[in-house]
Amino acid sequence: MLNVVLLVPALGALVAALLPARLDRAGRIVATVAAAVTFVAAALLAVDRHPPRFGVLRPWQEVNVAWVPSLDLSWHLGVDGISYPLVVLTALLTLLCAGFTVARVPGGRHGRHLAALLLVIEVGILGTFLALDLVLFFVFFEVVLLPMFAVIAIWGGPERRHAARKFVLYTLLGSVLLLVGVFTVVAGAGTADLVTLSDGAGATMTYGTQLAAFVLLAIAFAVKSPLWPLHTWLPDAHTEAPTVGSVILAGVLLKMGTYGLIRVAVGVAPDAAREVAPALGVLAVAAIIVGSLVCLAQTELKRLIAYSSVGHMGFVLLGVATLSPAGIRAALIANIAHGVITGLLFFLAGAVKDRAHTGDLTALGGLRETAPGLSGLLGFAAIASLGLPGLAGFWGEAFAVVAAVQRGGPLWTTLGVLGAVGGALTAAYFLRLLRRVTHGPAAPSVAALGERGRLTGAELWAWAPLAALALVLGLAPALVVAVADAPVTALTEVVSE
Amino acid sequence: MIDHVALAPAYAAAGTALLAFLTDLIVGRRGAVLTVTALGAAATVAAALWVPGPRTSFCGAAGCSYVWDDFAAVVGVTVAVAAFVAVLLCAPLLRAGVAPSGELCFLIGAAMTGGVVLGASRDLITLIVAIETLTLPLYAAVALRRRELASAQAAVTFFTVSVVSTAVTLLGAALLYAVTGTVHLNRLAAALTGGDAGPTQEQLQAAARVRLLAEAGTTEVVAVPAQPAASLPPGMAALAAAAVALVLVGLAFKVAAVPLHAWAPATYDGAPLPVAAFLSTASKAGGVAAILLVVVVGLGPQLAVAGPILAALAVVTMTVGNLVALRQQRMVRLLAWSSIAQAGYILAPLGVFALADGRSPDALRGAVMASLAYAVLFVLLELGAFAAVVALRGAADGGDLDDYRGAARRRPFVAGAFVLAMAGLAGLPPGLAGLFAKVTVVRSLLEGASGWLALVVALNAVVGAAYYVRASLALFRSPEGADEAPWPRVAWPVAVALVLVTIGAVVVGFAPQLVLSAVDLVIVG
Repeated sequence: MLNVVLLVPALGALVAALLPARLDRAGRIVATVAAAVTFVAAALLAVDRHPPRFGVLRPWQEVNVAWVPSLDLSWHLGVDGISYPLVVLTALLTLLCAGFTVARVPGGRHGRHLAALLLVIEVGILGTFLALDLVLFFVFFEVVLLPMFAVIAIWGGPERRHAARKFVLYTLLGSVLLLVGVFTVVAGAGTADLVTLSDGAGATMTYGTQLAAFVLLAIAFAVKSPLWPLHTWLPDAHTEAPTVGSVILAGVLLKMGTYGLIRVAVGVAPDAAREVAPALGVLAVAAIIVGSLVCLAQTELKRLIAYSSVGHMGFVLLGVATLSPAGIRAALIANIAHGVITGLLFFLAGAVKDRAHTGDLTALGGLRETAPGLSGLLGFAAIASLGLPGLAGFWGEAFAVVAAVQRGGPLWTTLGVLGAVGGALTAAYFLRLLRRVTHGPAAPSVAALGERGRLTGAELWAWAPLAALALVLGLAPALVVAVADAPVTALTEVVSE
Repeated sequence: MIDHVALAPAYAAAGTALLAFLTDLIVGRRGAVLTVTALGAAATVAAALWVPGPRTSFCGAAGCSYVWDDFAAVVGVTVAVAAFVAVLLCAPLLRAGVAPSGELCFLIGAAMTGGVVLGASRDLITLIVAIETLTLPLYAAVALRRRELASAQAAVTFFTVSVVSTAVTLLGAALLYAVTGTVHLNRLAAALTGGDAGPTQEQLQAAARVRLLAEAGTTEVVAVPAQPAASLPPGMAALAAAAVALVLVGLAFKVAAVPLHAWAPATYDGAPLPVAAFLSTASKAGGVAAILLVVVVGLGPQLAVAGPILAALAVVTMTVGNLVALRQQRMVRLLAWSSIAQAGYILAPLGVFALADGRSPDALRGAVMASLAYAVLFVLLELGAFAAVVALRGAADGGDLDDYRGAARRRPFVAGAFVLAMAGLAGLPPGLAGLFAKVTVVRSLLEGASGWLALVVALNAVVGAAYYVRASLALFRSPEGADEAPWPRVAWPVAVALVLVTIGAVVVGFAPQLVLSAVDLVIVG
């Protein structure tokens, strides 16, 4: 089943890309079908659970075949409670995006290639979440780079080339550091197997090696997440990327960074993680505050949402930095919630920009008069994102702050308080966004919408699952937390030893 | 006693050159010349794979001058494959009458002979003669574009720098002879370890163990002694160090390492495209093989001297190559600077010798394997890039990046192959072959305790990606204006070469163990 989850989208991408131009629509449908099959297969991963009795990392299922012995590379896949929600989220978002391309293609060109690239990106992301071999993890981490670059550079907005180049160079910097970090670990511990490394082989490295490895890995993942001050590629990439690109980017691509931090950096080098955690916490809180302040002054819709991601990912990293069970659980739920809500927000922002032909907040306004459905959904997503209790955004951010305060001591208490202030700022800028966009008198570009203000069927189909998930996760966060409980506890026990 | 079986690959290569020459004289049709040369190169590949190693030839009291082992096989196959592809790429050039067919094919065959012998040579004189045989025909081949001033200028540049570097290498070799009294690589190692020119019986025995020669199926061949040349008299030690530096710098010319790199961009750009392809692949692989042989086998005891030189060469080469490539607007110049940077990556694993921790047998083995693996994978990807360029440009020169606008729409599969090669050179998926090459280098550096060098390589990879991405993107831009130049038809030999190389790159990308096993067998120690 693990292999199926990776093979189906890969084959789907190949078929969709090779179809001739006159079968463009058929290509997009093939891609959507492949994404649907992948989603079902990913969801079914939870059915067949045989975790080993012992160990820190206990995958429900495993595949382990040697691939390149000379490089310590084996095809070692597995899924557990930490990766499972992310795998399902990835498969879901890709399905929605691929389905969305059947209805509309940005720029109207080469739709089948766009859908194929989305599937390749899916392979990379799913592989990253499933890999239990460090080198394999790195390989999948890199698979995402060029396809995402192409999505931005070919289907993006007017400044797309610049944004795409910035994206690829920044994230490549992250992944080459990851490469060096990975082989620091492999050279130090003598194995690339994540299960063995988490079970204590990682802790056998000398402290200096652990520290070097952790710092390299942490920087690599911080670029991807992105953590302030390494975030500057993100707003450009988001602003210029086509809607489906933004959704995938914000929804799941950023999660590769936070997931890597939890699974690889903390799991492999627990002693170093303990040492470096306060620095990580400080940077995370800086990201929250800086992200919120920038958002308050932001005048472009997609850019604002992009910067809000910086703030939200700050909460995730704050949760990880506490290294406590509560904190990591908060990080996981915030990860998923951010994926769902920000995915929805980018869909909506894309819809607004497509209709009004501008993303400038000053040129928008009064959306609820001409497009009530769209503005209602935007309001819902914004409120979910600012962390209203009862919606998905609340749990992660609230408990990240709680975990920081629980850690105790002047530093962590301060960080917790500052994080809470950042949460309040988040509310402020989202309300400002809503006031500008949905309320007030209709701006000329909005007033001219007329019939185009209505939601189309494709849009409803793509957005409804995300809106529903935002609500369901808000009411029952246990859906994510429960599956992740055992692995998180095991992980934090190792770290706190 | 001459072992003709061991010499079979060299005979095949030399026979190829001769047959090309004769076919041109007797038949005089370019199709026939091309076919004969391509078949000859293929036969050389087959012979290099077939001859069971290790076999020795030209042996005297001092040791053997010619050893056909796994190392020789890897080098021979690489050079012959490059020659095979280069010959196929000549088709549009010959059809357009830009270059004379007999001469071009003969010269490529002759250069291939040098490359095949090079891998098997085990004394300094054979080695230098082989490397000159590899280079000499290329002076002429570079100048073969008729009625092109740039072509002649390129040849003169190439010739001048080459002569200087050969002189430097020869001076180094002469000094080594003065210090040790021998030219055989394994005796050099023994003499540099133990005092004066006359090695004792015991040292001779040690020397016999110190060589690349892998006894088939066994792994008992022992490591190169890691002590510095402490036992040489003080004056002699300094002389030996100077000799090592001279030999290395001279050989650095062949791989186009900074500071002896300046010839490459001008030469590649002026040369006919297939010759540029051969220069940047076979010639470079030959240089790498020579450096490996001299450093690891001959100068093993001098690793402490050679290590810092190699590390410095690698760092400067990759950095300068990448930074200058960023600004290039002409396709072939961009590829030339990129291949300079790539030479830096190839040399980088040998930089582990700079630190004492990197001179352990394990680190040595890893470094040599990584260097050779990178060279082989690079040759494959570079051939792919040049094959795609030839497929897009036909008989013309490489042109500007702007000349490639619209290629992705009109020639989607060629563009796909080009992007795959570029991604591989950048070390990014979908060019998995290049990714694993990069991984191998970084791995060997960290195993050899040279984390700093690994970081330099990693950061350089980021810079490199910038221009590989730019070059690939050029194919996807829409052409300016309506007067779109018609794309030349892809000649079928070029198509064959492109398909073969691309399939090779994809296969090796999914199964890099094929290459890694091949180069790991080579250096056992």
